[in-house]
Amino acid sequence: MSETILKVQDIHKSYGDLEVLKGISFEVKQGETKVIIGPSGTGKSTLLRCINQLTPPDKGCIWLNGVELTDHKVDINKARSSIGMVFQDFNLFAHLKALDNVLIGLIKVKKMEKQKATELAVEELRRVGLEDKASSYPAELSGGQQQRLSIARALAMNPKLILFDEPTSALDPELIGEVLEVMISLAREGMTMLVVSHEMGFARSVANEIIFMENGVIIEEGPPRQLFSRPKHKRTGEFLNKITELYGESGK
Amino acid sequence: MGFEELYYLLKGALVTIELVAGALGLGLVIGIPMAVGQVYGNKPVSKAVSFYVWFFRGLPLLVLFFLFYFGLFTLINLDLSAFAAASLVMGMRSAAYQSQILRGSIQSIGSGQMLAARSIGMSKSRAIWHIILPQALRLSIPGWSSEYSGILKDSAVAYALGVMEILTRANFISSRTYKPMPAFLACAAIFLILTYIGVKSLNLLEKKVRIPGYGERREI
Ligand SMILES: Nc1ncnc2c1ncn2[C@@H]1O[C@H](COP(=O)(O)OP(=O)(O)OP(=O)(O)O)[C@@H](O)[C@H]1O
Ligand SMILES: [Mg+2]
Repeated sequence: MSETILKVQDIHKSYGDLEVLKGISFEVKQGETKVIIGPSGTGKSTLLRCINQLTPPDKGCIWLNGVELTDHKVDINKARSSIGMVFQDFNLFAHLKALDNVLIGLIKVKKMEKQKATELAVEELRRVGLEDKASSYPAELSGGQQQRLSIARALAMNPKLILFDEPTSALDPELIGEVLEVMISLAREGMTMLVVSHEMGFARSVANEIIFMENGVIIEEGPPRQLFSRPKHKRTGEFLNKITELYGESGK
Repeated sequence: MGFEELYYLLKGALVTIELVAGALGLGLVIGIPMAVGQVYGNKPVSKAVSFYVWFFRGLPLLVLFFLFYFGLFTLINLDLSAFAAASLVMGMRSAAYQSQILRGSIQSIGSGQMLAARSIGMSKSRAIWHIILPQALRLSIPGWSSEYSGILKDSAVAYALGVMEILTRANFISSRTYKPMPAFLACAAIFLILTYIGVKSLNLLEKKVRIPGYGERREI
């Protein structure tokens, strides 16, 4: 049994009168990939932001490697540097070249010396197939390249866990594959990942478990095969059928 | 107007340049924290900045000059030269304008930049310094261009305090030679040239620090 990296317990979050998360609990173990699916507005992005405390939850606890992140005494910047985050619209630092996008966290957050940091950053660029784009600005890269760069930026921090928020939703269909490929190889290398995505091909081939969320609660959680063939809830089956129709099965 | 008068006037141009540079510099140094405070600070901070901006933008420069130079500075026994007083007041006033130029730029930067910076473990202040400001300052250059030309023209109001800038000197020449036209024409020419040089330099700066994907010429 591998150890638990992330433990999410009874997370609640409201925006005004709207209760977005209504008590979410689950765990992610070392080396696991979990995929979160669910209709738009269900609170998937909010949940990811609650996990790394970009949006502090109203109630509930988050543990990363046994350290409680929801504890106010914890150095949250330090904790956050060990949780990677990949956004739907990349959010690359627009004024920095590709290499510097990867470097800045190493130098300004991890206080690594320039030369060592550069070697590491170049290595991460190579890992996502962007070694020849080191001196390009984000605006000079294709969507797929931008997303791979943002994965490299997250990887450089040597995270214990990477959160992906619909990493391929902003991409043209022909660019989705190159990003999924990087993610698949990360999963195979044993990276612990929590991925909001409707790419069912990806989910089926690498996810240990799929979490189906609706209206701020987890409806069902289980291995992909189980959810596809005999879901416990009727809604799960309906939703899976719908997104498989909509998104196809790329990334298999 | 002879060579000697022109030389005298050009020395005034130097005073004007110093006055404008001092005011712009001071305005930048105060304006940056003001803009940051207004966008990221708590309520009292952003209220205080709004009040400051309202005050300094709401009063004519001449009123500010008199209020501070003859009023406040005398009251608190601050013995400043007319030049120093003019730089200081124009700098404080420019801070009000510059802070609003920069605030607009900061607010035009998508919230994703801050999110991404925080997500790799940067503190808020580090994220502002390393990610937000470098982008916002670039976006502010066109705004500074108009702030520069505005301040340059306003600097002539320092005439009222007896600062030996271009207009004050042109006026001396005019009354000594009884020929106002050449003196004031030369004065006008110097202002126009200084405007041109400044705006041109800022355009060059804008090009030099331009980043692909930021503030480019639009094809459509
Ligand atoms: N900062 C905010 N202020 C107010 N309401 C918010 C905020 N962020 C999210 N919400 C609301 O919370 C709900 C859940 O949003 P969230 O973005 O988490 O959903 P999602 O499951 O990620 O949806 P999508 O699939 O469209 O990305 C939505 O109704 C949204 O309008
Ligand atoms: Mg979302």
